[in-house]
Formats: sequence, C-alpha cells, structure tokens
Amino acid sequence: MAKQLSVFIENRKGRLGEVLSVLKKNEVNILSLSLADTTEYGLLRLIVNNPEKGKEKLSAEGFSTMLTKVLVIKIEHKVGSLQMLLDTLSKNDINIEYMYGLSTEGTNAFVVLKASNPELAEKILGESGINTLTTEDILKL
Amino acid sequence: MIWNETKECMSRDELTNLQSARLVKLVDYVYHNVEFYRRKMQNIGMLPSDIKSIEDITKLPFTTKDDLRDNYPFGLFAVPNSQIVRIHASSGTTGKATVVGYTRRDLDVWNECVARCMTMAGITKDDVVQVAYGYGLFTGGLGAHGGAEKIGATVVPMSTGNSKKLTTMMVDFGATAIACTPSYLLYISEVLEQEGLIDKIKLKSAVCGAEPWTEKMREELESRLHITAHDIYGLSEIMGPGVACDCAFHKGLHVCEDHFYPEILDTKTLTPVKEGELGELAFTTLTKEGIPLIRYRTKDLTSIDYSKCECGRTSARISRFKGRVDDMLIIRGVNIFPSQVEAALVEVNEVAPHYMMIVDRVNNLDTLEIQVEMNPDYFVDEIKGLEKLTQKVGHVINQALGINAKIKIVEPMTLKRSEGKAVHVIDNRKIY
Repeated sequence: MAKQLSVFIENRKGRLGEVLSVLKKNEVNILSLSLADTTEYGLLRLIVNNPEKGKEKLSAEGFSTMLTKVLVIKIEHKVGSLQMLLDTLSKNDINIEYMYGLSTEGTNAFVVLKASNPELAEKILGESGINTLTTEDILKL
Repeated sequence: MIWNETKECMSRDELTNLQSARLVKLVDYVYHNVEFYRRKMQNIGMLPSDIKSIEDITKLPFTTKDDLRDNYPFGLFAVPNSQIVRIHASSGTTGKATVVGYTRRDLDVWNECVARCMTMAGITKDDVVQVAYGYGLFTGGLGAHGGAEKIGATVVPMSTGNSKKLTTMMVDFGATAIACTPSYLLYISEVLEQEGLIDKIKLKSAVCGAEPWTEKMREELESRLHITAHDIYGLSEIMGPGVACDCAFHKGLHVCEDHFYPEILDTKTLTPVKEGELGELAFTTLTKEGIPLIRYRTKDLTSIDYSKCECGRTSARISRFKGRVDDMLIIRGVNIFPSQVEAALVEVNEVAPHYMMIVDRVNNLDTLEIQVEMNPDYFVDEIKGLEKLTQKVGHVINQALGINAKIKIVEPMTLKRSEGKAVHVIDNRKIY
C-alpha cells in the first residue's frame, strides 16, 4: 500500500503554484498527481517520494492536508487489463472512490486507486496474483 | 387622499398636547402594569407623576431589543393573555425570538395606521391589493392585510414564494396594488417581462417595506412597472408595518405620530439631536396596550423633518434610512445578525468559527454567501465528503437564520483577521 498526500485548494489564482513551491523548497518530488475540481475548490492528490515530509511542510504553511492509503497497481499496457482489475474488485463488492494513472516509461502502466476498503482490496488483489506497490517500490521504478 | 385628516393634519400644537396627554397616561399605565418599567423607574427614583408633558420624555429610560429578549416570552406584556388576541415574533440572535402581543384595540390601531399608509400610496376601496409579504409570525403579511381590509380594498393574500402564480393572478384579477419587499417587487417585474405580461397588468401602486431601499430603486420600480412606489416602515416591537410611510411627494416617511412618538438621538450621547440631523430613531408607543414600549431604540439611522408637507399632512417625516447603529442585516426581508452565524458554526466541528458573510443582490434578489474555514483536523480528501460538509453547514445556517445561504468552504487561516473590531460582513448591495 502507498500513501497519497491530499491537499485542499481553493479555486484561487496561483494557489496550486504555492503548493508546488512548498514541495520544491523541501525537496519533495512528485511522482504522480491528480486534481479533482469543483466550482469552489480543488482536491490535489499526490504520490510523492516522501509523503510524511510533504504533509508536515504543507500543514506548517497552513494547508489542509491528509495522508490516505491508496493502492498502486501495475497492469499490462494492453487493452482490457484495467477492466480485468476492476472486475476483480467489483466481484468482491469493493468500490473505487477515485482513480488516476501513474506515468512511467516501458511496457507496463500503473494506476493509483482509492478503494472503499483498502486492506480488503489489497488482500483480494494479492490472492488474484496482482501485487500492489509501496511508496518505496514506486521510487525504484 | 388622506385617511384620517383629523389626526394626520392636526396642528403641531394640538398634536403636542395629544402626545403629552397620551404619554402621561402611558407612563402611569406601564408603571402599574409592567414590572420591568416599574423597577427601571424606581431605580432612578422616578414616579409616574414626574412626567407632565411630552418634553419630559427624555427623563425616561430606554428600552432595547435585549430587554425584550431577556423578558422572553411575555415579560413585557402589560395585560394578561386573556386580553391578548394575537402574537407575532421576529427572529432573535441567540435562538430566542422577540415576541410581541396585541390586544384587540392594538390590532385596530395597527389597521388604522396601515390604512393611513396605504391611502398615502393612493390605495382606496376600489383597489385590488395583492399582499406578497410572508404571512405568519412575521408582521408583514397580516399587517398589510389588515390595513388593506380596513380601507375596504379587495385583498388577495398571496404571501411569498410563488411568483408565477402571483403574476398570473395579477393579470387575471386585475390587481391594482401590491404590498411586498422592494427587492421582491423588482424580481416580480422581471418575471412579468419574461412572461410577456408587463403590458397586461393594471398595477398602479406599490407599498414596499421590510428592508431598506434607495431612491434609485424606487425610480427603477416605478419606470419598469409604471406605478408609484411607496416606502412603508415599521418594526414588530413597535407594531409592524404602518409606523411610517411616504406620501405622493416622497419627501420622507410620515410617522403616525399620534400613536408612535419618534425621537432622533445622538448615537454617542443618546440625547436628542436637532431637527434635520442624523441620529438613531427611537419610538415610544403612545397608545399600545399589549406590549407598550418606552423609548425603544430601533438602531436605524435617520433624520426628522417637522415642517408641513405639500400633501397637507402635518405629521413629522423621517428620511430614508441611512444605515444601522448595530450590525444587523436585512436579507430578503429577514433580520439577520452576524452573531447568529457565529453561534451556528460553533456547533460544527469540521469548520473553524471564522467566517465571512458576503451579501449581494443578483437579478434583484438578495444573496448570502457564507465563507467558512475548514478545520484541518477534519479534512477529508473526497469530493463527496466535502459536499456533505457543505450541506451540513448549510443546514445549521438555515436553522439559525431561517434563510438559505450558499456555503463556501475555504482554506484554514485564509479569511481576513482584523486586529480591531472583526469584519464579518461584505455587503455589496448599496441599499442605503
């Protein structure tokens, strides 16, 4: 399981830039990100090399942040592989709260997903021979 | 047309004599029937006999909204409930409403005053009057209703909330007058335009109140609807709508002075200011039986003109309101204090009690946005969680204020902090 760093951002000019600048100053590297937007605010979800440090530094600057357990899963870069993964979860009544991709080079793709029950999802995927990655694993990619 | 020429056009000397006689009677009445006033007078070593004429009024203590709240619900009533025939109430800052009670005679006086105001607006028994104030605890609906009935007009008790029905009936019934808030009337004019009904209405007059508005707004209403629009003023503590209204000359609002004695007070010293100078308006209810009030501070800022009006009335005229002494807002006709928002937000752990109220007027309807800071300890990183939080805050605000507000969750520590008096309101409406 990996830890995702989530940040609440108001829809206001330059606010995303300020988050990135705090991360840069503290040498927290972003491996993947997703930005969910509504009319009033955005939710920035980040996979970083050091989520704890990222949270600490952003919170100190007054941002609302939290760490969330997410599953990072390697899938083959081929038609239908994502659907197979989702089928496995769906059969076991696990919902996906949200999901985004993790970009890497090569033949494999990675998805980051927040499951309704992360522990159970990890176990079920493991039993189906699908491994999930930790932050450390991601750093080695 | 003047509804009650005897009272509305009596000479200033005669009026002063009438006010003096009524004040002497009132002070004796409250001393013997309202413990609150008896104590207040005893505390300053005063007896009813010390009040000999209206000029002695400055010797009397003031009454405030807090006094009504502290004596909730019926503590300031001068008669037993067997003589009270009607209760009205307005929202309070701390959940407790301000409650007022009327005897049958109070209702008669109220109807008389509203009848005078509606006559100032040119309304007669031949008119069809739509009353589009809310009916209920709020005094607007039933107050306007009673006055219009007293005149003998055909009253259509629309209440608020269904603009399409209102405009349809305005055309079908041939309504010639309407009583509602000025912002609601502006909205109605737009609905009429959209529905292509503007040339089909017979409206000629409007009596608008329950919220402050400007001369510019009056001009706009008059030109859009081809009517004359009049400003009716009142507050439930004193009576309800009908305390004052402007006549066809629109040079201030004629106060029903034989029933409500107005004073304009210096906001710092609370002593009377000179004629024409700006100050806080206070009223003494000269004839009220249910809940008579002495020198009730309205917190509204205005000035007074005692000269005879071109219309023939001699009653004093107060100018359009220039603002408030306190931080009360009137949004969609509802009185709102920022402290109500604060008290409501304290109940929601997920947000910090820092807030900013942004009041505006969009398409002629008041809007209220409340920005509130998220409490970082309760942050959730899912949109549905944040939406749930927004709904929760919206619900407690609605419970507290009685109106819906748009809730905007903002980042912690981002709302402006002030070192002096906190600024919690940005009002972009330009209503004063």
